[in-house]
Amino acid sequence: MTTAAGTLVPLGAFIALSAALFFIGMAGVLVRRNAVVILMSVELMLNAANLAFVAFSRRLGLLDERGSVFVIFVFVVAAAEVAVGLAIVLALYRNRPTVDVDEMREMKG
Amino acid sequence: MTDLVWLIPGLPLGAAIVNGLFGRRWLRHATGPIATVALGASAALALAIFAGVMADPTPRTVVLYEWFGVGGFHTNVAALIDPLSMIMVVVVTGISFLIHVYSNGYMEHDHGFHRFFTWLPLFVFFMLTLVLADNYVLMFVGWEGVGLCSYLLIGFWFEKPAPYTAANKAFWMNRIGDWGFTVGIILMFLAFGSVTFHEVFLKVDEVHRADPTMLTIIALALFLGATGKSAQLPLYSWLPDAMEGPTPVSALIHAATMVTAGVYLVARSTPLFAAAGPALAVVGIVGAITALFAATIALVQFDIKRVMAYSTVSQLGYMFLALGVGAPVAAIFHLATHAFFKALLFLGSGSVIHATEEQDMRRMGGLRAKMPLTYWTMLLAGGALAAIPPLAGFWSKDEIVGAAFTNGYPILWGVGIATGVLTAFYVTRALYLTFHGQPRDGHLYEHAHESPAVMTIPLALLAVGAVLSGVVLGFPPEAGFVHRFLEPAVEAEHPAQHEEPNYGVVTGLAATSVAAGLVGIAVGLSMYARRRPDPAAVARAAGPVYTLLVNKYYVDELYDHRAVDAGRAAFGAAWAFDIHIIDGLVERLAWLTTLAGGAIRRAQTGVVGNYALSIAGGLFVLIVVYGGYATGLLHR
Repeated sequence: MTTAAGTLVPLGAFIALSAALFFIGMAGVLVRRNAVVILMSVELMLNAANLAFVAFSRRLGLLDERGSVFVIFVFVVAAAEVAVGLAIVLALYRNRPTVDVDEMREMKG
Repeated sequence: MTDLVWLIPGLPLGAAIVNGLFGRRWLRHATGPIATVALGASAALALAIFAGVMADPTPRTVVLYEWFGVGGFHTNVAALIDPLSMIMVVVVTGISFLIHVYSNGYMEHDHGFHRFFTWLPLFVFFMLTLVLADNYVLMFVGWEGVGLCSYLLIGFWFEKPAPYTAANKAFWMNRIGDWGFTVGIILMFLAFGSVTFHEVFLKVDEVHRADPTMLTIIALALFLGATGKSAQLPLYSWLPDAMEGPTPVSALIHAATMVTAGVYLVARSTPLFAAAGPALAVVGIVGAITALFAATIALVQFDIKRVMAYSTVSQLGYMFLALGVGAPVAAIFHLATHAFFKALLFLGSGSVIHATEEQDMRRMGGLRAKMPLTYWTMLLAGGALAAIPPLAGFWSKDEIVGAAFTNGYPILWGVGIATGVLTAFYVTRALYLTFHGQPRDGHLYEHAHESPAVMTIPLALLAVGAVLSGVVLGFPPEAGFVHRFLEPAVEAEHPAQHEEPNYGVVTGLAATSVAAGLVGIAVGLSMYARRRPDPAAVARAAGPVYTLLVNKYYVDELYDHRAVDAGRAAFGAAWAFDIHIIDGLVERLAWLTTLAGGAIRRAQTGVVGNYALSIAGGLFVLIVVYGGYATGLLHR
């Protein structure tokens, strides 16, 4: 597919990259035990979503910028999430010197 | 002047609030004078307004504010100022004031002094609300209020079991009566569409034509309320027990004022009762039976206050007898004179109890020498109770029994005369046992002393009332001040045909009732002063009758075995229903929830990884399902 600006990377490539990032992130969340690494993996998943947003936004053209705008929201939420998440991890670490989430099972029913 | 009428109940209420809020911590013994001054001001204002009503007896309504109005139904907080309500207000405030003065001395050493002077003015407030109200609902507020204060004051010494048991008993029995009153008011609202006195009385004839039975039911329901508050059969037995309260309370609430509320209620509703067929006859018969019944019990009691209590029940019976035979003026007249001499008898007994710390007359005797003022004032009050002319009780009681005879109730007249003999006997016996003869307890006699002036001055003032109130209010008979004053108020609907009283009959009736009193006194003196016949021998000779009287006809036991036990059984059944059915249902539900929770709690492992995995799994399922539909692999 070509336009005036030159060769265009196809949409499928973006989606494939986004999906790959998302599943790598998900694997990290599911597999890793270190709370900090889990937070990083969540970040990866969020950015995979961002990539998909931006790609679709570009594809739909200048008339609809909602996808791009949504990315800004995700940034904000991600920043807040990391701030709160790290604070929780820190508080847990002070309580008990570990960041292994499998050790924390006080909420067992 | 009449616009200030709200101050009459307002001042005692103010005193009660001030004493209640600041009494325990700061005012302490200043509470007594505060309440007394408030009551004095209230009594003075009452007299001033009374003078105004004497000059112009037209009924007036002073509206304070509208209480509630629904459609055409309006009920105001309003005072009805007419001769009937004002005579009650003057009696209530006057006697209350004297008793407040007396209580300053009587309660001096009690640690509940401030509490006493909170409840007592509060009682006066409610009593004045009751008598000043211009409608039945507001009257009912006062009615319930005096019941509450009566409960609080009977149980004043609640550390001891007897007072609080008595307080409970009084409250319960009054609740039965109050239930009747409530039913009466509700039916009245349904039948008349109003609860205001003058509106109801205007429509009596109309309702009577439409539904005479309804009118009778309303009247009897109101009378049930009156029997509770005024201690008539069958709801009388709380009053003798109420003597567990402090003596000034017995004098004020359980002799002079609150117990007369029922009489006031029936007198106020005269137009209603007059049209209500057999209701008035029921009132008269219940009154007569109560009068005789209570007088016989009073013959054999040894507690000085219990004698007075049964005497009060008996005298209230006289008042209902008067209402029943169509002589409401005589009833109110007797109410007023009785308030003086019975309050005096109680305060005198209180003076004796204060001096000796003993209530059993068997341990007294000879106190005349030690307490001359108490003795002489009580002697006058006793004479008034025994209806000896020219003391107050003679005039009013003679009018009642006379009215029973002239209005065509010879049997009730006979009961009245018989009760008169018994009354004279038991009051002679009580006074003789207390004040005459040899001291039967040397120690007690040695320590007896006359009460301080703060107590004896009210006695003297009440004695003046006990001597003079009859002549002042009721002379000449059937045409005295009280008649001219009250008749327009209580007989407005049916103006009395004023025939010239037949003086021959009147004199004959008066002579009979005086003779009855003298016979009672003579027998009493002969038995107790000269032992001819010896009281103990008489008691032995009477055998089972005496036992029956000493045990008060076993009425308390009967009520215990029938009503109270049945009540307990009903409460037990209700309790079981509550525990097993209502609570049981809730408990089963809670149990079911717990069971379900126990089954599925294993899902909550507490491991973050598991939760994340379930989220991912859920996502996977969503993707597969959505993808399936989107690609057409799945069909709806």
